[in-house]
Amino acid sequence: MDVKDIIKEENLVYKKSAIITDNTMHYCPGCTHGTVHKVVAEVIEEMGIQDKTIGVSPVGCSVLAYNYLDIDWQQAAHGRAPAVATAINRLYPEKYVFAYQGDGDLASIGCAEIIHACNRGENITVIFINNAIYGMTGGQMAPTTLEGMKTATTPYGRDVKLAGYPLKITELIAQLPGTCLVTRESAESAVAVRKLKKMIRKAFENTGKKKGTSFIEVVSTCNSGWKLSPVESNTWMKENMFPFYPLGTMKDI
Amino acid sequence: MGELRLMKGNEVIAEAAIRCGCDGYFGYPITPQSEVMETLMARKPWEETGMVVVQAESEVAAINMVYGGAGCGKKVMTSSSSPGISLKQEGITYIAGAELPCLVVNVVRGGPGLGTIQPAQSDYFQAVKGGGHGDYKLIVLAPNSVQEMNDFVDLGFELAFKYLNPVMILSDGIIGQMMEKVELSDIKPRMTDEYIAKNHGSWATTGKPGSRNRNIITSLELDSAKQEKFNHKLQAKYAKIQEDEVRFDTYKAEDADYLIVAYGSSSRISKKAVELARAKGIKVGLIRPITLFPFPVKELNGFAKKVKGMLTVEMSAGQMIEDVKLAVECSIPVEHFGRYGGMIPSPDEIVAALEQKIIGG
Ligand SMILES: Cc1ncc(C[n+]2csc(CCOP(=O)(O)OP(=O)(O)O)c2C)c(N)n1
Ligand SMILES: [Mg+2]
Repeated sequence: MDVKDIIKEENLVYKKSAIITDNTMHYCPGCTHGTVHKVVAEVIEEMGIQDKTIGVSPVGCSVLAYNYLDIDWQQAAHGRAPAVATAINRLYPEKYVFAYQGDGDLASIGCAEIIHACNRGENITVIFINNAIYGMTGGQMAPTTLEGMKTATTPYGRDVKLAGYPLKITELIAQLPGTCLVTRESAESAVAVRKLKKMIRKAFENTGKKKGTSFIEVVSTCNSGWKLSPVESNTWMKENMFPFYPLGTMKDI
Repeated sequence: MGELRLMKGNEVIAEAAIRCGCDGYFGYPITPQSEVMETLMARKPWEETGMVVVQAESEVAAINMVYGGAGCGKKVMTSSSSPGISLKQEGITYIAGAELPCLVVNVVRGGPGLGTIQPAQSDYFQAVKGGGHGDYKLIVLAPNSVQEMNDFVDLGFELAFKYLNPVMILSDGIIGQMMEKVELSDIKPRMTDEYIAKNHGSWATTGKPGSRNRNIITSLELDSAKQEKFNHKLQAKYAKIQEDEVRFDTYKAEDADYLIVAYGSSSRISKKAVELARAKGIKVGLIRPITLFPFPVKELNGFAKKVKGMLTVEMSAGQMIEDVKLAVECSIPVEHFGRYGGMIPSPDEIVAALEQKIIGG
């Protein structure tokens, strides 16, 4: 049997979402961003909301997210995606608006914007990629960098006396009455991805029902920044990130 | 004739915004312009026209909300005063870089730093020369009356959409706070979704229908050659604005031997100074730039051939004077008189400065 005999419509079990463009992704092999992009695209396609969805991309490795998902996008200044998303949501309350942000973007420079957008209960979805590092600028310490973790700006490991403690911003956000769904997920296995997809779908459905802010943290890897192979990164994440950033839903109303 | 009212400059900004079909205002309180948002919140335009009003957590958030709203093809604005406008510079350069239309009102107070809450004109450089990073320009309108606070809101939006460029109304604490008679504008309906799709559909993020490619609002271009090309396009746009949009006003300038150059509040005070000087037999006129960018370069250059000297009067240590000197190409003496830090020049002081620095010199 020839391979051509196998590649047939009736044998299709999985295909790239129509929302994903044909552009070559710039992400490093093993990076979590690409997986999460795929999941977001699938949810948009399955819900049939391409024409109603507006994404807001951050400054960080996912700044170019607009090259990969075939929807309308706005690229926000560093940390300001929740403010940009606020206005889009207020001006187009019937649309599905989501902000996609890294940990430096969301939990450091954009700390005020995310807290206040969530506190106002803006009817948006926030997808928060926590890879515990500034991936884009070459691996500096992020607010979520673990104690003792080596980065370009903590070459001897994060010393909490010098640099403060890793910030569990998702726990903070779960306290805010404006949020309706706050959950911490991951994307390192098929099971995790399926769970993540369920949550992203739920978040978008919340937006459709105007329930307030849905916030999804994805504990992620940055093998380039961490200087580990993709496989080692997943192991390191499970052994070090998961104990400090435990997976699970903090709020779902 | 439109409806006549006695109003504060700041209140009129709010009223004019509602009347011109503004879709969204995003702000943060600061003296001396807080009445803008206070008036809007009291007026509840969301019940009347559907206009959105948000008190943001900071000026940084407010201007980024403006970015988001402008990116949707909507008529959106913010207002603030000097320290808040400094915070907005990040968003303003992104808006210029993404070629989005919006209106920013600066009711200037004295600086530097927290400075004073009293009026000043010390943000001219920031407004006209960039303020934020990168080679960009704002269209800058300088009102000198409550009436112009009203008129420039609509004009500002018109220019912002015509050129897809942020427009700033550079006002000051005097005009923001003073009450004058104002003829309000007629009510314009807000843009409909159909209008936006038809007129801004090539760039605005409204949700991608099957019938068009996705729209992306961004100021990022990692390919330097393309970024340079984009900058050329911006420069061409600014050149066109310089060519077509200069606005200025004159007072007794035709037969003048000397000219005062002043904008905003200073131009009101300088008008009185012109009268005082003329009563003394000195033939003085006034030229008032209304657009600070585009600056009336040709017009000033023309006057330089007819007068013996120019005095700029600004509530600053001398900022616009640099543009006046460039405009007249140093062909005649140009001097500056200013009071600043919240102090306001008197007409007598201006005449004395004219006599000392220009006529006597
Ligand atoms: C105002 C501003 N400050 C700093 C930067 C530089 N910068 C770009 S990306 C980034 C950090 C991004 O890290 P994160 O949000 O964690 O995203 P990641 O790349 O890890 O996905 C920084 C500091 C910038 N672009 N703008
Ligand atoms: Mg990161």
